[in-house]
Amino acid sequence: MSAPQAEVTDAPDRGEPAVQLTGITKRFPGVVANSDVNLTVTKGEVHAVCGENGAGKSTLMKILYGMQQPDEGDIAINGEPVKLRNPQDAIKAGIGMVHQHFMLADNLTVGENVFLGAENLHGIGRAARAKLAELAERVGLRARPDALLEELGVADRQRVEIVKVLYRGARIIILDEPTAVLVPQEVDALFETVRAMQKDGFTFIFISHKLDEVRAIADTVTVIRRGTTVGMADPKTITSRQLAEMMVGSELPTPETRESTVTDRDVLRLDDVCLSVEGSERNVLDHISFTVHAGEVLGIAGVEGNGQTELVETIMGMRKGGGRIELTETDGKVVELHKLGTLARREAGIGYIAEDRTRHSLLLTQPLWVNRILGYQTRKPVAKGQLLDIDGAREDTRRIVEEYDVRTPGIDVPAAALSGGNQQKLIVGRELSGDPVLLIASHPTRGVDVGAQALIWEQIRQARAAGLAVLLVSADLDELIGLSDTIQVMLRGRLVGEADPATVTPQELGSAMTGASEDSEEEGAA
Amino acid sequence: MTTADVLSPNTGGTTMPVKPPKRRIPGWLKGAIWGLLAVGVLAIASYATGVNTLTSTNTAHTALRLALPILLCALGGLWAERAGVINIGLEGMMILGTWGAAWGAYHGGVWAGLISAVVFGALGGLLHAVATVTFNVNHIVSGVAINLLGLGVAKYLANLVFTPLSGNPRQSPPVPKFDTYSATFLSDWLSDLEKMQRVFISDLAGILNGLITEVAPLTMIAIALVPISYFVLWRTRFGLRLRSCGENPVAAESLGVNVYLHKYVAMIISGGLAGMGGASLVLLAGGADYLENQTNNRGYIGLAAMIFGNWRPGGLLGGAALFGYADGLQLAGGGTAVLALLYGAVILLAVIVAVQLFRRQWIAAALGVVGAGALYAIYWTNDDLPSDLIPYTAHFVTLIVLAVASQRLRPPKADGALYRRGED
Amino acid sequence: MSSWRTRLLPPLLAIVFAVILTAIALIISGADPLQAYGTMIGQLFKGSTAVDTVNLATVYYLSGLAVAIGFQMNLFNIGVEGQYRFAAIVTAIIGGALRLPPVIHVIAILIVAVASGMLYAAIPAVLKVTRGVSEVISTIMLNAIVGGIVAFLVNADQFGVQTGNNIATREIAETGRIPGIPIGSGELFGFVVIAALIGGAYWFMLNRTRFGFELKASGESTTAAAAGGVNAKKMTLIAMLLSGGVAGLVAMPELLSRDFSYGITSTQMYGFTGIAVALLGRNHPAGIALGALLWAFLDRSAVSLEQINVSKEIAVIMQGVIVLSVVIAYEIVRRADLAAEQRRVGRALAGKGSSVSEGGAV
Repeated sequence: MSAPQAEVTDAPDRGEPAVQLTGITKRFPGVVANSDVNLTVTKGEVHAVCGENGAGKSTLMKILYGMQQPDEGDIAINGEPVKLRNPQDAIKAGIGMVHQHFMLADNLTVGENVFLGAENLHGIGRAARAKLAELAERVGLRARPDALLEELGVADRQRVEIVKVLYRGARIIILDEPTAVLVPQEVDALFETVRAMQKDGFTFIFISHKLDEVRAIADTVTVIRRGTTVGMADPKTITSRQLAEMMVGSELPTPETRESTVTDRDVLRLDDVCLSVEGSERNVLDHISFTVHAGEVLGIAGVEGNGQTELVETIMGMRKGGGRIELTETDGKVVELHKLGTLARREAGIGYIAEDRTRHSLLLTQPLWVNRILGYQTRKPVAKGQLLDIDGAREDTRRIVEEYDVRTPGIDVPAAALSGGNQQKLIVGRELSGDPVLLIASHPTRGVDVGAQALIWEQIRQARAAGLAVLLVSADLDELIGLSDTIQVMLRGRLVGEADPATVTPQELGSAMTGASEDSEEEGAA
Repeated sequence: MTTADVLSPNTGGTTMPVKPPKRRIPGWLKGAIWGLLAVGVLAIASYATGVNTLTSTNTAHTALRLALPILLCALGGLWAERAGVINIGLEGMMILGTWGAAWGAYHGGVWAGLISAVVFGALGGLLHAVATVTFNVNHIVSGVAINLLGLGVAKYLANLVFTPLSGNPRQSPPVPKFDTYSATFLSDWLSDLEKMQRVFISDLAGILNGLITEVAPLTMIAIALVPISYFVLWRTRFGLRLRSCGENPVAAESLGVNVYLHKYVAMIISGGLAGMGGASLVLLAGGADYLENQTNNRGYIGLAAMIFGNWRPGGLLGGAALFGYADGLQLAGGGTAVLALLYGAVILLAVIVAVQLFRRQWIAAALGVVGAGALYAIYWTNDDLPSDLIPYTAHFVTLIVLAVASQRLRPPKADGALYRRGED
Repeated sequence: MSSWRTRLLPPLLAIVFAVILTAIALIISGADPLQAYGTMIGQLFKGSTAVDTVNLATVYYLSGLAVAIGFQMNLFNIGVEGQYRFAAIVTAIIGGALRLPPVIHVIAILIVAVASGMLYAAIPAVLKVTRGVSEVISTIMLNAIVGGIVAFLVNADQFGVQTGNNIATREIAETGRIPGIPIGSGELFGFVVIAALIGGAYWFMLNRTRFGFELKASGESTTAAAAGGVNAKKMTLIAMLLSGGVAGLVAMPELLSRDFSYGITSTQMYGFTGIAVALLGRNHPAGIALGALLWAFLDRSAVSLEQINVSKEIAVIMQGVIVLSVVIAYEIVRRADLAAEQRRVGRALAGKGSSVSEGGAV
C-alpha cells in the first residue's frame, strides 16, 4: 500500500506544547509497534489520535503513561524532558489515563475505587469525600460515594475513572476509546464535560477511530497507521475524504478478476439475531440478519469492538442470544442451529477459525496431533464412536502438515513451539478437513507472516470454488477486499451498509466503518 | 447535535438509570432483627414440643463455647479471601494452634498459651502464603497440603513433648484454663425470667443468660475481633488496599498497591486467627486439653460460615452462631433437642414458603413444602434421633444451608486467582 | 528430553528436600537420621513388610486414581474419603447379607461398591452443577458425616454383629472373598490384579476415548474446550461420578482379602492419601503407582522407628513436606523451562527483519 498524501494543516497555535513525543520507537519480538512516531499536543486542546487497531496507538499511549518504555525517542511534558518509568511517574507529571477497559473493582464503593492508592492525598475520611464530591460535580457523576461500583451504569463508571484521574491531580488526560461503550446521549454528555474542563485549562488526548466524534470534539487530529505518524490535521477544515484516506490509505487492493462462484443456494441464514450484555442498555448485536450462499465469501468489515466477536461466538454457540440461525446442508436439510450446542453445530458442518487461537483453537502444551482432535473428537478420521483413532489422527495431521506447508520438526511437538503462522496453517487445515459447508474465519491471518497468509488465502479461495460458504471477519482491508464477494459493514452491533469489493472506494468503506455519513463528502459536518 | 445522532437513530431512553438505592438498614439492626426472629422460631418450637433445652442457658453457653473455633476460623477465612487467597488450610493451622496453646499454657500459663497458639497458626499461614503467592501453587492444593502437614507436625510434637508428661501421645497433660467472669446481677435477673416459663421472654432470657455467664477473656476477645475486623478492613487505608487485592489485583498494582505484601500480611493474620481458634478448643473451661482429632473439621465449618455470611464479618458471625448453636444443642440436649430443632426448621420453612408464594416463586415454594414435609415426617415418626448421627448435626446444617443459600453470594472478585505481578 | 526432566525432576527434588528436612527434625529431637532411615529401609526386608507395603500401595493406588480423575479437569474431589467409607459400609453390609455362587458374589459386591461410591459423589456433584456450591466444602462435610453414618449402621441395633469386643458388619461369606497370593511370610492381595486393570482402564480412558480427551482439554483450557464443543456442566457431573465410582473400590482390597467386615475401628484417611499420591504422580497412572508405593513404604516402615525410640509421626511429616514441595518443585521447573524456551526463541528470531504484521502489539 502506498503512503497516502495528506494535507497537513497546523493545529491552531495556542501556546506551548503540553506533551511532545519525538521519534518514539518500540519493538516487540517479531513486530515493530511504533516506528519514529511524533506527537505534539498543545496545552488546553483536545487532541485526537486516530488509527486502526494494530496501528500502534495503544502502545504509544502506554508509553506516555509509563506502562511501557520506548526503545528510542524522547518525551517532554510542559517543555521539560521526562523519563516515565512507571504509571506513578506519569501521575506525578500530571498525566492521567482513562483506560478503555476500566480498572475498577465492582465490589468496592465509588469512593474506595477513587481513593485506592492515593490515600495519602486526602485520607479516606471526610476530607477525601469532600474532594470527591467536588470532582464528581465537575464531571457530572451523580452517584453517592458509598454506592457499590457494580450498581453504576457504564457512563457513570467512566466518570468514576475520570474522577480517579482528577483526584490525583492530572492536568493532561488521556481518554482511550472513551465512546466505544457509550450510547449517543452519553457521548454528548461526555463531550460537554470535556469542553467544560477544557475551559479550565485541562488538556485532553482522545484516542478514537470514529471520525464523526473526532470532528465533533477535537481541535487537532494525528493519524497513525502501521506504527508511524501519517500526519496531523485540523478536523474542522479537512474533508472527510482526506481524513478517511489518511486512515485507510488512498488505494485499496484490487481484487483479482475471477469468476464468481456464488450460487443462490443459502447455507447460513441469520434472522433477527440479538444479543445483550448484562448491565448495559446497549444491544451488542442489534437485529442482525444476513445470508451466506454456497460458494460465497461474505466479509464483515468494521472496526473492532462493534460486535463482530460476539456475532461469531453467537453463531458458534458459545454465547446465547435471541433470533434464528439456520444452516442448510448439502442435501437440503435445514438445521436450526440456535437450538443446538457448540459440538452439534460443529458436527452439522461448521469449521471455525477463531480470532484468538491461543485461547480458542489450540491446546498449547499438547502435541500437534492432539490438537488435530480438538473440535472433531466425535468424527472421523480422528474418532471412532466414543474412542479416539490415534493412528487416524496422526495420519491426518501429517497430511495437513504436508498440504498446508506447516513448518514443524514433527507432529509430536507441542503447539506452543510453532510460530503463529504455522499454528494458523494447522488450524485452517484442521477446520477445512471436516468437509464443512460453512467456514467462519475470524481475523484468520492475524499475527501471521506473509507467506502463511498467502497460503491461507489460497486455501480459502479453493474451498470457496468447491462450494464452501465463508463468513469472514477481518480488520485487514487487503484480506477483506481480496477474498470477499460481498462486504457488509458492522457498526455498533448492526449491519449498516453493503459494499461490492470490486467497486467500493476507500472513503466509502472507511466512512461506513467509522460512522461518518456519506453525504458529507466535502466539508466536515457539524 | 452530532452526526452520530443522525446515523444511529435514537435507541430510546436516557443513560441507564442507576438502581434507586434501597433505604439501607444498618447491618447491626438487620442482624438484631434476624436474631429475634430466630429466637421467636425457637420459642414456638420449644413451646410446642415441650423441649426446654432449645433455649436454655446451658445450651446457649455450650453453643457459645463451641461457636468460638468456628467463628475464629471464619474470620481467618475472611482475612485470607478478602485478599484473594483461598485458605483451605485453616484446619491444619488450627491444629497447630491447639498444640501451641497446650504447650504454651503448660509452661507459661493461659496467656502464654494463647500467644503461642497464634504464633503457631501464623507460621502455617506464612507457609501457605509462600506457596500460593510466591510460587503460584493452586490455593486448594496448598491448603490440603498444609492440613496434612499441620496434623503431622502436631502429632509429632505431641509425641515428642507430651508423652513424657502425660504418658499419652494423643493427649497433653492438663493445662490451665481461662478464668471466667459473669455479669452476676444481670444473670440472676435473667435466670428468674427464664424460670417463669413465659413464651419468648423466657426463651430470650435463657439464651442471653447463657451468653453472659462464665465468659472467658478469650471469648470476649474473639467476639470483639468481629467489629475490629470490620473496622480495619472497611475503614482503614490498609484494609482498603488489602481488599483491592482480592477484587482487582491488576488495578490495585497499577495504582501502586504492593499486592504481594498485602497477601502475605493477610495470610499471617488468617493463620493467627485459626491458631486462636485452636486455643479456644484447649484453653476454655469445659474444653479438652490438647487432644488428637479435637478439631473435627471445624476449620471447614468456619469456611462455610464465612460463605454463608457472604464474606462479611457480621454475616459470618451469624453463620458461626448458627453452626455453633447446632453443635451446642446436640451436645447439651441430645437427640430430643435436635428433633425439636427439626420442628423449628419446619416452622421456618413454612414462613419461607409463604414469602415465596407471595413473590410467586412457585418452584421454590414447592421445594420448600417438600422439604418441610420431609422434616416433619422425620420429627413425627421418631422419639429420638440416632445417637451416632447427632454429633454431626452441625455438618448437616452446614450442607443444607449452603445448598439453600448459595445463589446470591458475592465473593471477592479475584478470590483464588493466581496473580503474577506484571501480567495483564 | 525436557519432558523427562519436567516429569521426574520435581518429585525427586521433593523427596530429597523432604529427606533433608526430616533429617533436621530428627537431629533436633536427638535422634540419628541415618539410623532412622536405615531402620526404615531395613524393615522392608523383615517379615511380611514388603508384601504389606504392596498391599497398602494397592489401596493408595485406587484412591489416587479416583482423585486424579477429578484433578484432570481441576476438580477437587476431596470427598474420596467419604465416598470410599460410605461404599465400604454399604458394601460390607450388603455383601455380608448376600448368598450367591462364588465369582458372581464378588462381582455383585464390586458393583455395589462402585454404585454406592457414585451415589455419595452425586450429592456434591449435583449441588455444584445446580446450586454452585463449592465442591470443596460440601465434600468435606460429607466426609465428616460419613463417620456418623458408619457408626449408625454398625450399631448392634442396625446391622452390626458383635464379636468379642468389636462391633462390625456381618462377615462376608467365602464366596465373596478374593483369594490372596502367598509370598514369603505374607499374603498379597488378589485385588492387586484388579487395581492394575483399573489403572490400565484409567490410562485407556484418558488417552483413547473421547471423554478422556474432553476431560484433559477442559483441564488445560476451558475456553479452547468450549470452542471445541465440550459441555462444561456435563463434564463436571460425569467426572465427579466416575471419581466417586473408583473411590468406592478403595476399601475393597482390604475388605475382600483380609477383613471381610467393616467396623468403626476400620481404616480411615485413605482418601486424603489419594490426594497426596495423585499430586506426586502428576495424575499419571504409572506415576501414581510409584507414589502409592512410596507412601505405603513410609507408612509401613515407620512402625519400626519405635524400636529405636523415634516418633513414627516423622513419616507423616515427611509426607506433608513432600506434598507441598512437589507442587512447588513443579512450578520452579516449569518456570525454568519457560525461561529456557524463551531464550531459545529469542535467539532464533534475533537478526530477522521485522515488520508490522496485522494486529501486532496493539
